[in-house]
Amino acid sequence: MSEYNFAYLDEQTKRMIRRAILKGLAIPGYQVPFASREMPMPYGWGTGGVQVSAACLMPEDVLKVIDQGADDTNNAVSIRKFFEKTANVETTAATSEATLIQTRHRIPEEDLTEDQILVYQVPIPEPLRFLEPRETETRKMHALEEYGLMYVKLYEDISQHGQIATSYSYPLKIEGRYVMDPSPIPKFDNPKMEMSAIQLFGAGREQRIYAVPPYTKAVSLDFEDYPFEAMKADGCCALCGADHTYLDEVIIDDDGGRMFVCSDTDYCESRRAAGHVGAQATPQNQEAAAS
Amino acid sequence: MIEIKNVSKTFTLHNQSSTSINVMEGAKLSVKPGQCVALTGSSGSGKSTLMRMIYGNYLTQEGEILIDGVDVVQAEPREIIELRKSTLGYVSQFLRVVPRVSTLNVVAEPLLQIGVDAKVAEERAKELLTRLRIPQNLWQLSPLTFSGGEQQRVNIARGFAHEYPAMLLDEPTASLDAKNRETVLALIEDAKTRGAAIIGIFHDEAARDRVCDQQIDVSIFTPKAAA
Amino acid sequence: MTPLLQVNNIEKNYGARLGCKDVSFDLYPGEVMGIVGESGSGKSTLLNCLAGHLEPDTGEVLFNTRIEGMRDTLKMSEPERRMLARTDWAFVHQNARDGLRMGISAGGNMGERLMAVGDRHYGQIRTQATEWLEKVEISEERIDDRPSAFSGGMQQRLQIARNLITGPRLVFMDEPTGGLDVSVQARLLDLIRSLVRELGLSAIIVTHDLAVVRLLADRLMVMKSGHVVESGLTDQVLDDPQDAYTQLLVSSVLQV
Repeated sequence: MSEYNFAYLDEQTKRMIRRAILKGLAIPGYQVPFASREMPMPYGWGTGGVQVSAACLMPEDVLKVIDQGADDTNNAVSIRKFFEKTANVETTAATSEATLIQTRHRIPEEDLTEDQILVYQVPIPEPLRFLEPRETETRKMHALEEYGLMYVKLYEDISQHGQIATSYSYPLKIEGRYVMDPSPIPKFDNPKMEMSAIQLFGAGREQRIYAVPPYTKAVSLDFEDYPFEAMKADGCCALCGADHTYLDEVIIDDDGGRMFVCSDTDYCESRRAAGHVGAQATPQNQEAAAS
Repeated sequence: MIEIKNVSKTFTLHNQSSTSINVMEGAKLSVKPGQCVALTGSSGSGKSTLMRMIYGNYLTQEGEILIDGVDVVQAEPREIIELRKSTLGYVSQFLRVVPRVSTLNVVAEPLLQIGVDAKVAEERAKELLTRLRIPQNLWQLSPLTFSGGEQQRVNIARGFAHEYPAMLLDEPTASLDAKNRETVLALIEDAKTRGAAIIGIFHDEAARDRVCDQQIDVSIFTPKAAA
Repeated sequence: MTPLLQVNNIEKNYGARLGCKDVSFDLYPGEVMGIVGESGSGKSTLLNCLAGHLEPDTGEVLFNTRIEGMRDTLKMSEPERRMLARTDWAFVHQNARDGLRMGISAGGNMGERLMAVGDRHYGQIRTQATEWLEKVEISEERIDDRPSAFSGGMQQRLQIARNLITGPRLVFMDEPTGGLDVSVQARLLDLIRSLVRELGLSAIIVTHDLAVVRLLADRLMVMKSGHVVESGLTDQVLDDPQDAYTQLLVSSVLQV
């Protein structure tokens, strides 16, 4: 522990990041520039999220790290180990036990509470970027609330695919003002963004932090005649039988065999522990299943 | 209706050592509703120049040209445009139109400009084209591809589409055969009957004698001691 | 009648070099004004000053707004001016690529202006875009094609449709027919002319082509070295030019 400051970053840097976070919370959805530091991991591996987490972590925090819903994938494991080593905080896989959750590409299925902070890793914070390459112009568009162009993207989707085919990074309007990119979470998760926990977004390479305070209005953009739809794959989790969760498709053999499983591994585990059994699973706990 | 007082005109050619040519001085004439005045004089005496000055196409240095109370000499461009749309018609010797526009539309355009219903305007255009013997199979083509005589007749049809209270006619019967000449003269007589004030240039003396109430030799306005 | 646009003493310098100076005029509803002059005469500088793309050093550009009447657009706040630029004003660039989003379908290009003013109904946006394609004589089937798949003339017509779809009252055009071959030019001229009449638009057209202004413009302003040397009724300026430069310009046109 002695070779690192608590949570890797020095105190001045953490203060700078906290100021950016507070500003972001004060102006929901607004992208606050911050002086992103070099982190001991490559860009694209969550450097922004890690810096935000580092600035928020307290010694008594319990940390959970999710990558695509799972706690045991590469990115999640390395970040969890990073903070175990540099901050010596307790870690967990259980959503309800965590006080700070850093996530990549998912919102946990279980409702979060007022005592929790959800930190997102963001690759491209600017929702208008692929339509308007000039940063000066997109900033002006946000400042003047000129969001016509954002709808052009949705228009193009409908004209080409007959429906809004954007399925992740689906833009939302926050508290009736700023249009925000929710990071590449599936649009299935968009409705969950009106939640009780604090949501913070960190983009390391792009040097931006933004935030959605608890109970803030977050409305997915849509057309009157093509309303927003939170989509998921048809079917139930093959392990826990849930039909209301976001599902991953898993190829299980070379003959095209496949199954759907909950993307949120912790949620799936706890359901199975509570006795729910999917079509391709054996009961995990015979007594629970019997009761 | 048309009142010209003490009008003079000078051309200054800046690119030819600023030569000034004084072509007209003290010109005056007046035309009442229902009257037709012919401008006469030898070639180069200034008939077309005066006509163009009245239409606002040439700038007038001195004097007054009143058409329905509007002084063309002093008027703003938009006033002249308004005058040309509603009050003052001009049939020139040349047809000038946007390529690709059909003959029917060329003729109907003056009516469309003053807001006449498209159907009504088209009917009027058809009527005039029929009267001037433009074959129906040419109506959808651009007049730019027509023969000289046909172009002249399209031009006349266009000029008479709207019933202007004042009209300027530059050689309306030139290059027309007897039948069409007769039609054009009848159109002029119709216009007079409804009370139009007309100024015309006619080389065709018989036509001039038939429709004109007065003849003015414009050479009397040519400055005698030209520089 | 109140002018739609009132321009007073516009002056713009690029450092020590003069862009344009002492330009004043009134433009009335339904009027089309041409600005001609050779390259470097200041006509594009003037147009950009009027349209709010450049800030003139001195002068006023008063526009008769729908709600508040005459307002100096140079003193407006940026959001107000940008709002004006996408509602009551339109700007047709010489190069369609500057006025279109090349990576977005024709329908999206037209729809953008509608969505920018708050249209949120896909079906209605689509219907309006289809109508406008027809007005500018582009086949309805091309609505989902990108402008990069269009010919130069079609791109220019699409740009015009994109600009006019929100029903502007004043259109700025910078060499709208430049770079197009003559047959395409004629078609475009005819189109612009009939749209101007049908919609009662006012327009300011910058060009160096005297034939274009003769066909489109009611009034003409001739510029040389940043100054207006002559202005008046289009046919009067072309047929009886008073200024030495205008006389030279008119006599230099090749007759076909």
